[in-house]
Amino acid sequence: MSFEQLDALYRRVIMDHYKKPRNKGVLPDGNVTIDMNNPTCGDRIRLTMKEKDGIIEDVKFEGEGCSISMASASMMTQLIKGKDINTALKLSRIFSLMVQGKDYDDEQLDLGDIEALHGVSKFPARIKCATLAWKAMEKGLLSTNE
Amino acid sequence: MDIERIRKDFPILHQNVNNHPLVYLDSAATSQKPLSVIETLNQYYREYNSNVHRGVHTLGTKATDAYEGAREKVKNFINAKSTKEVIFTRGTTTSINLVATSFGREIVKEGDEIVLTYMEHHSNLIPWQQVAKKTGATLKYFPLQEDGTLSLEEVRHTISEKTKIVAITYVSNVLGTINPIKEIVEIAHSKGAVVVVDGAQSTPHLKVDVQDLDCDFYAFSGHKMCGPTGIGVLYGKEHLLEQMEPVEFGGEMIDFVELYDSTWKELPWKFEGGTPTIAGAIGLGAAIDYLESIGMNEIQNHEHQLAEYAIDKLSEINGLTIYGPKEISKRAGVVTFNIDGVHPHDVATVLDTEGIAVRAGHHCAQPLMKWLNVTATARASFYLYNTKEDVDRLAMGLVKAKEFFSDVF
Repeated sequence: MSFEQLDALYRRVIMDHYKKPRNKGVLPDGNVTIDMNNPTCGDRIRLTMKEKDGIIEDVKFEGEGCSISMASASMMTQLIKGKDINTALKLSRIFSLMVQGKDYDDEQLDLGDIEALHGVSKFPARIKCATLAWKAMEKGLLSTNE
Repeated sequence: MDIERIRKDFPILHQNVNNHPLVYLDSAATSQKPLSVIETLNQYYREYNSNVHRGVHTLGTKATDAYEGAREKVKNFINAKSTKEVIFTRGTTTSINLVATSFGREIVKEGDEIVLTYMEHHSNLIPWQQVAKKTGATLKYFPLQEDGTLSLEEVRHTISEKTKIVAITYVSNVLGTINPIKEIVEIAHSKGAVVVVDGAQSTPHLKVDVQDLDCDFYAFSGHKMCGPTGIGVLYGKEHLLEQMEPVEFGGEMIDFVELYDSTWKELPWKFEGGTPTIAGAIGLGAAIDYLESIGMNEIQNHEHQLAEYAIDKLSEINGLTIYGPKEISKRAGVVTFNIDGVHPHDVATVLDTEGIAVRAGHHCAQPLMKWLNVTATARASFYLYNTKEDVDRLAMGLVKAKEFFSDVF
């Protein structure tokens, strides 16, 4: 493996999100809170969302973890803010396929920065890092549907 | 010690990983296996695979002799008094759970104390939490000194007349600290407590003498000491094992079975219900032969030198923190570290692209991570087949990781 492949994994955009995370913090008026961790490595995330009438009006995250998990969380919050629940869940499915290196249909959705994470598929040990925040989001949104 | 010759004994080391010659620095997780162990397993399955203690046929006898022969080797290796004190298990975790379930829950009563350390692996922590919950006993911890060692003064203060069990690791899988087991056992015994030692990280790396340590129980795994996975040992003093009830019931461990009652076989077999890990035990015997052919003191010296070299080398890297005792005589061949601003996972990924295998994460020691005030660390662990060149490659990889993460942004 080479510097180029590492580069593909840690694209500038990922590092940018890692060092300057978007939507970092806790929503004081959030109505969905999810804590999730990756027990094998100690990464953890707390995601708060303000959901109203099926729309994610606001979202913030805080946590600790590697560049991949934190950048992915940052990108995820940026992408789902203002979207409806179904779209957010759809994006999560697309993202999951992407990082596993499987074919995916973007369903004409704007994937924003998350495409920078497709390089994760070459590093199977890191897929769980990338999907942590997304799993938290899915869990939170599915609980609001109940 | 002729490292080049030793390296030839480990076929797995001679490969490229991600286009670089493999540097394996994760032996504390599991060690690699020498040809003699691989061939012993192969030979068992090819030539005399049979169940033990059952058949009258020739292969059955051969398998039984080899299985019990391995027990004898373990007995000599750790200097137990008799093979009755050597129980084959699945590994350290199973061994400790056996003591906790069969012995712990019986002798520990409400208001008693169980004393542990902050540096315990989850496998020598959670079984005791469970005992405490079931019995109403209290868990106490020896405080750690700033350098990650124990002070015998604090040990003396912590153990009380109420202490029934002291459960402690011989060598920390994170800090590399070698604990003064013999002294702790003496203090514990003076208060009437029983000492359970987690030997997972010590048995592969230094000469163990359970009679000299005088510990009551001692647990370890085969796979960290050149043996196969799925085999481990629980050593226990005979008079304690005699008092204990089996935790698994079934074939192999019985004497007489009637419709409404049964009696157990004698030690050690009463704890080995079901078909044991026959190949694993025989493989462990071969691993012991191999380690002894090199010499445990030589192995410990070699790892000591590597750890010292690694600590020197890594200390040259700006922004790199090494955890654990500074005093080299107090530690084993484990070097745990972090680089400022780079998550250990990212460090491990960069090293992996260079063909270097290290562990990153919490190392099954979450309370210790909390004590160190980190969420995770990276760890390089050495064994008899590692060289100074491996350490050089590690240092170069770390410099690269550091540069990569400062340049890319």
